[in-house]
Amino acid sequence: MGRKLLLKDIDVPGIRSFEVYRKQGGYASVEKALKTMTPDAVMEEVKKSGLRGRGGAGFPTGMKWSFLDRKSDKPRYLICNADESEPGTFKDRYLMEYIPHALIEGMIVSSYALGAKASYIYMRGEFRWIFPILEKAIEEARAAGFIGKNILGTDYSLEVYVHSGAGAYICGEETAQIESLEGKRGNPRNKPPFPAVVGLYNCPTVVNNVESIAAVPPIINIGGDEYAKIGVGKSTGTKLISASGHINKPGVYEIELGLPVEEFLYSDEYCGGIWKGRKLKAVIPGGSSVPILPGDLFLKNAKGEPRVMSYESLADGGFASGSMLGSGGFIVMDETACIVRNLWTFARFYHHESCGQCSPCREGTGWMEKVLHRIETGHGKMSDIDLLVDVAKKIEGNTICPLGDAAAWPVASAIRHFREEFEYHIKYPEKVKDPKHFEKEPFVSERNAVVAA
Amino acid sequence: MADTKPVQFTDAAMALVQKIIKRYPEGRQKSALLPVLHIAQAEFGGWLSTETMDYVAGILNIKPIEVYEVASFYTMYNLQPVGKCVLEVCRTGPCWLRGSDDIIQYLEQKLGIKEGETTADGMFTLKTVECLASCGSAPMMQVGNHYIENLSVEKMDEVLNKLKETHNVPSPDYGSPYPVTPGK
Repeated sequence: MGRKLLLKDIDVPGIRSFEVYRKQGGYASVEKALKTMTPDAVMEEVKKSGLRGRGGAGFPTGMKWSFLDRKSDKPRYLICNADESEPGTFKDRYLMEYIPHALIEGMIVSSYALGAKASYIYMRGEFRWIFPILEKAIEEARAAGFIGKNILGTDYSLEVYVHSGAGAYICGEETAQIESLEGKRGNPRNKPPFPAVVGLYNCPTVVNNVESIAAVPPIINIGGDEYAKIGVGKSTGTKLISASGHINKPGVYEIELGLPVEEFLYSDEYCGGIWKGRKLKAVIPGGSSVPILPGDLFLKNAKGEPRVMSYESLADGGFASGSMLGSGGFIVMDETACIVRNLWTFARFYHHESCGQCSPCREGTGWMEKVLHRIETGHGKMSDIDLLVDVAKKIEGNTICPLGDAAAWPVASAIRHFREEFEYHIKYPEKVKDPKHFEKEPFVSERNAVVAA
Repeated sequence: MADTKPVQFTDAAMALVQKIIKRYPEGRQKSALLPVLHIAQAEFGGWLSTETMDYVAGILNIKPIEVYEVASFYTMYNLQPVGKCVLEVCRTGPCWLRGSDDIIQYLEQKLGIKEGETTADGMFTLKTVECLASCGSAPMMQVGNHYIENLSVEKMDEVLNKLKETHNVPSPDYGSPYPVTPGK
């Protein structure tokens, strides 16, 4: 059983309430930070912890904090990115719904470190029922003196607000989120200037993912050095993984980074293996945007070494034979899954979610969706496969924000690893016209043998 | 379908709107636009008419075009009238892997409409949506404030009957992140 920091009290009855959360030791980090540490000392601990942004990019959180323009006399803002929309990812929702105070506690300590007097939690609008849960948690924390004027009798004052998005994946990108919070369309901004200098209302701003912020209290409680001992190498601490797809036990799991992928996928403590006694075909380990891996290449890297759940190990082999930990959106496909159809749903997603600002993304995502749809429905041509590769290449790196890359990578990796399956779709149009064709007659290529349990 | 209520917030709704505007710095009241549009949609029949959007522009002291361009960007805002009960079925990869295609197909047949349409009796609108962060309990759909998860074709009739009971009322609850009546 791995160490739990974020979900250790998830099964304690009533943990959603302030009273029970406090009894379990909650808000100790606020007392410690505000009464015994300077804001810079809090930042130093987060730096020492090696915590990396849990939203997907994996950028060191302490370093991101250190970029904040502290010389400016403008107000500073912390925005919590709770716009969880990456397909395959549902960990932030779980945390906010069941242990809302873990986020609120993290917001207070993080805001203190950054010198923010007002902080916003930008939550995707679809989580409608979680808004009252978070607002209640904020009010409870205020009543106990942890939010508001002169917190715990110190000079520090803070307000925390929940703000609603309205259905736009792009608003998970930090500059689009800032635009949206200003009441505009979610069009990402050109960088530089970075939000740390010119962010919300043109003021210095830090945007951090829910899980990153919730990881701050345990870091302050146990110390950055102690936190850094958990995990492996530069992948320190614990990570929430959202497990979905063809597994026996979908759900949110907190793991120590460095857990063997085989254990995560097959042990009953976690995913519990592939459902219906079937074989493993492919895994998307970090949300829809990261490269897909055939089962064998997911379990072991190209050198034949077993992979572990860490930023480095999952990326081992680069884009040729690796993937990314990303947001921890762990999507599993069994032997009957159709790679082309799954990819088409993703292409449709990115086309739908493109903000339309940059032509390579606006036009390219639509083009990829269209070509994939015709291949999937038995109307494809052999030249379509290379056309997809070409379009993906022309989107990648040519857009203001990373949505273009996120749309291109799944297409490029699916064709790299499963080209035979695309060719099969073109060779046997009559068969693939039935969307359930592979459920009846699984496709097996010699290159990517499915992996038995 | 189209609501006949005048476009005017109740006192309770207006009080909530004013409370939300105060969450943003002075002169930044436009920040309240997305929240206020959610409240307006829930209050005025589940969709945003031009009259409703103009009304919101007036409250926030911004130009109507600033409201239109936002309302048309975000998928949660309905710019056409909707049925009393809006079914939003997720169709992205993880839901598809667990059978969302079957759910959509069943609903289209059962209700006799295509996605994006409303039944002739004005009861149900069927929408397909992209990933709602419910992949571990797929397939699923959202109805107002609720996620209905772990769906199966076998369960759908029961689900629809229940929704008909709860939503076939003169002022159905369309859901909002900012409920005017707490606990609803």
